[in-house]
Amino acid sequence: MTKTHVTTTINGEVTEFLCEPGATLLAVLRNELQLTGTKEGCGTGDCGACSVTLNGRLVCSCLVLGVEAEGAEIGTVEGIGGIDKLHIIQEKFLEHAALQCGICTPGLIVSTKALLAENPEPTEKEARYYLAGNLCRCTGYDKIIRAVMDSAEAMRGDA
Amino acid sequence: MVSVVYEAPASVQDAVALLSGAEITATVLAGGTDLIIQMQGLVNESRLLVDLKKIPAMMEATLDAEGLQLGPCMSCAELTSREDIKSVYPGLIEAAYLIGSTQIQGRASVGGNLCNSSPAADTVPALIVNNAQCVIVGPSGERSIQVEDFATGVGQNCLEKGELLSLIRIPLPAANTSDAYLRFIPRTEMDIAVAGAAVSITLDDDGICTAARVSIGAVAPTVLVVAKAAEVLLGTKVDVQALQAVAEAASKASSPITDRRGTDEYRRHVVGVLAKRAAAIAAERVRGIQS
Ligand SMILES: Cc1cc2nc3c(=O)[nH]c(=O)nc-3n(C[C@H](O)[C@H](O)[C@H](O)COP(=O)(O)OP(=O)(O)OC[C@H]3O[C@@H](n4cnc5c(N)ncnc54)[C@H](O)[C@@H]3O)c2cc1C
Ligand code: FES
Ligand code: FES
Repeated sequence: MTKTHVTTTINGEVTEFLCEPGATLLAVLRNELQLTGTKEGCGTGDCGACSVTLNGRLVCSCLVLGVEAEGAEIGTVEGIGGIDKLHIIQEKFLEHAALQCGICTPGLIVSTKALLAENPEPTEKEARYYLAGNLCRCTGYDKIIRAVMDSAEAMRGDA
Repeated sequence: MVSVVYEAPASVQDAVALLSGAEITATVLAGGTDLIIQMQGLVNESRLLVDLKKIPAMMEATLDAEGLQLGPCMSCAELTSREDIKSVYPGLIEAAYLIGSTQIQGRASVGGNLCNSSPAADTVPALIVNNAQCVIVGPSGERSIQVEDFATGVGQNCLEKGELLSLIRIPLPAANTSDAYLRFIPRTEMDIAVAGAAVSITLDDDGICTAARVSIGAVAPTVLVVAKAAEVLLGTKVDVQALQAVAEAASKASSPITDRRGTDEYRRHVVGVLAKRAAAIAAERVRGIQS
């Protein structure tokens, strides 16, 4: 099978890769580009562990083909913050202990950032609906929602 | 595993040429939220995927005096953010807003929902009560068909080899008309309908129903139009008796299956309740426009 050459922008950097046309963006990110922050939970769009932004829209990278990234802008958790400089949302997740095993966390961070970009002042109900596609098997969601609501407040600058 | 050839043509003509000239199975790719999962189950097959999302007309929606010209590949996320469209077809927008999660709506399209031809497809009943029409383009030219005649069975539709859905055309509703869509799922979000119902209602200045359409989903091999449920509304003020008659007609028209998400008896009952409630909401929306 011949591989396709793809040029895309990931977290603001122009990136090129080769991929099989049937490979998902999730597989490309993890296996070709070593961007392993994006996780695979189900591979069928149900869990949200693979959440990334594609041209600014939140999507499941397990349901996007790598070849569809051609000319697009991709945002992954690696572009949000790192060990030397955490993003407010990441700090709040730590502060509220909003994770246990952590497999859902990158997806939730990406989704929370997308939520707050669209709606800086969500109600708890709006936040819960927006994040309904991000499953967590450990925390019971309460601490996650507290971290999200606190992030929203901190990011609005009235913390 | 499936071996894929990927093409992203820039025009409908090029897409039709690719689809009709293909020597391997050729499939249209829209948001991929049905298709990419379906392909995971294939073994030793070759597929040509024709991605329509690089064709500008497929991704746009225009609302004018004629009604809505909806590019079939526009994502539900983009569609539901269109306040102008929501104000004219609130039921259609609430149906699109029910599909999957935020992530799924970021990719899922109304055209894909229709062409996947599941009887539980949430946008289809709402399209049907709004008299939506499919414009289909293929090697022998263009044709149109009403959405209610598009699906022919579970996962089956009237598209021939080389054809694609190029436009969804929804006429502007008559004055004093509104719509609503409701579905029932075991959870509060992220599930497939056990039953769904859409209703469109027109009221005159005295609040009397002069026109109605009722469509029900997930209770037969295809989404159904229930003419009888619309008839019983005509000439009424959409009162309790009329609503009860809608429920009975919708339940009677259904022929649901039993599976782990509901028995046939349960689905038959629930679809009536949904039709009744959707009719009440649509009527309330019209009264809101009138007051
Ligand atoms: C987690 C999850 C939750 C979901 N929840 C719901 C839900 O609540 N309600 C619901 O109704 N659905 C749901 N779905 C199913 C799916 O998201 C929808 O049916 C969606 O609208 C499909 O659109 P798409 O653009 O992704 O289609 P695709 O997957 O790209 O295509 C679907 C089919 O239609 C064909 N097709 C698409 N566009 C065209 C065209 N223009 N011309 C010809 N053929 C075309 C494709 O070849 C394919 O066979 C869910 C899916 C997932 C993964
Ligand atoms: S891995 Fe993509 S949604 Fe679960
Ligand atoms: S912390 Fe384990 S799944 Fe969320």
